[in-house]
Amino acid sequence: MRGVVIGTLTELAEQDPRIVLLTADLGYCVLEQFADRVPGQFFNVGVSEQNMLGLATGLAESGFIPFVYSIVNFAALRPYEFIRNGPVLHQLPVRILAIGGGFEYGHAGPTHHGLEDIGVMRVQPGLTVIAPADAQQAKSALKASYHLPGPVYFRLGKDDKTVLPGLEGKFDLGKAQEIRKGNDLLMVTMGSIAPSALEAINTLSEKGISCGLMVVSCLSPAPKDDLVEILARYPLVLTVEAHYIVGGVGSLVSEIIAEEGISCKVFRCGVRSTPNGITGSEKFLNDVNGLSSEKLVATALQALGSF
Amino acid sequence: MNSTDWAKKIRHIILEQSKRAHVGHIGSALSIADIIAVLYSHILNIPSPEDSERDRFVLSKGHAALALYAAFHLKGWLTQEELNTYCADDSRLGVHPEYGLRGVDFATGSLGHGLSMAAGAALAAKLKKSSRCVYVLVSDAELNEGSFWEAVMFAAHHQLSNLVVVIDDNGQQALGFTREVLDLTALPERFKAFGWQVQTIDGHNHSELEGALSGIDSLSGKPHMLIAKTTLGKGVSYMERTIKWHYWPMSDEEYSLALKEIGIEV
Repeated sequence: MRGVVIGTLTELAEQDPRIVLLTADLGYCVLEQFADRVPGQFFNVGVSEQNMLGLATGLAESGFIPFVYSIVNFAALRPYEFIRNGPVLHQLPVRILAIGGGFEYGHAGPTHHGLEDIGVMRVQPGLTVIAPADAQQAKSALKASYHLPGPVYFRLGKDDKTVLPGLEGKFDLGKAQEIRKGNDLLMVTMGSIAPSALEAINTLSEKGISCGLMVVSCLSPAPKDDLVEILARYPLVLTVEAHYIVGGVGSLVSEIIAEEGISCKVFRCGVRSTPNGITGSEKFLNDVNGLSSEKLVATALQALGSF
Repeated sequence: MNSTDWAKKIRHIILEQSKRAHVGHIGSALSIADIIAVLYSHILNIPSPEDSERDRFVLSKGHAALALYAAFHLKGWLTQEELNTYCADDSRLGVHPEYGLRGVDFATGSLGHGLSMAAGAALAAKLKKSSRCVYVLVSDAELNEGSFWEAVMFAAHHQLSNLVVVIDDNGQQALGFTREVLDLTALPERFKAFGWQVQTIDGHNHSELEGALSGIDSLSGKPHMLIAKTTLGKGVSYMERTIKWHYWPMSDEEYSLALKEIGIEV
């Protein structure tokens, strides 16, 4: 997603001098296209994420649309208070490009894993929170949020190639995308783990289980109407996210179900434990945490059996 | 009205409003009364708070906002009626400057945040080829924050000579003297080493303040650091250099004495 988003942003920046891109010294082989084509709008601020968010706030107050770029934790957590007291409090159009949610930086270890970013961002009023499921949706989301006067947080995957069949790059603010319909079970997912959920659904369908799949790429404002309408059609929901089970899409779905008195049972598939010192690839860590398609199938069957 | 008159009125408002609201941070506000007076009476180019080409001002030590409100009142941006709502329910005037209040460019209160926002505003002016300047007033305690130094490095690297920082160097912070909490000696040398243009001045001497602030060369290629030596609680003898007055509200007797000391007839 990150390459496609930066490519699109470069095209936008060539037309709109208000766009500036700030990086905290990350983005090798990603940001060069922007830096080469619009050098006057590109700033490597050094490894200083707090300052980067403060600078972006000051630039936005003067009429710029600053995009800030870093790995998810360094974009979201290190400068969190600067986000809260800066673009959120002042309602300024700062865009945070947070790269590699979940275990995308697998071997790099827990300092580089983004497991709570959506949770902490979702609680900030007036902050639009977007976690696209593939690169084309990320591109659409960038364009759909371009006009917003307030701040936007993007959780962007590193993978530019994977396409989620059925999504076709659709994105609307405050809306969810139901890309598969079923009767027995609904999976609700966000971000770049979505293909794993789709693969699990395909396996379950082969077993004769009728499954739906909904992608929640706009976490805030929450796609409440879509969730209410679609959740009510299913007896069982599995939420799937490369994120702690608290704060992300599982929490969002649970909130809607509780508030609206919807009669369906929720199983939250996500990260439940703190890092234990064991490293591995993204695929390995997703599997360990029950997020591989095989583990999701097993969880779904167990949930259906206990139901 | 000259800046000395401004300062006297600012001090009066600080005492009057903090007594009425029964809140503290009096010493911190009195510490910057002269700096605020010179800035708002003679230096800042702000035809109106809505003018996009105005100079920007960031009160990074947001806990001294009462001094800023006093200046807004003297500028005619804040009525006496609204000033009298300081720290009341349903007021825009809190202990720290709130975004949305006319004249406040950036809400502050979280120490170490103001300079990076100001550096962003200064970079914006440079990118837009605007001649406006950005002024920041920080407390010495804010220099404890790592983010402050991030912004210091950025401003020098990008030659933000339209950025002017005044340090309210009163040598005291929330729980004691800075030399006992986290030593800040050799500040001029530190900032020079970081690539800033540095001056040390008496932060209560108006001619020194005005001379330094009006002599800023915004094309010098270096950001500007004015280390203003100040006294916590300046103007009220029993408050000066006394940490209690970072926090404490005044009794009736203390209020009367304070007014007398700043030359207000009761």
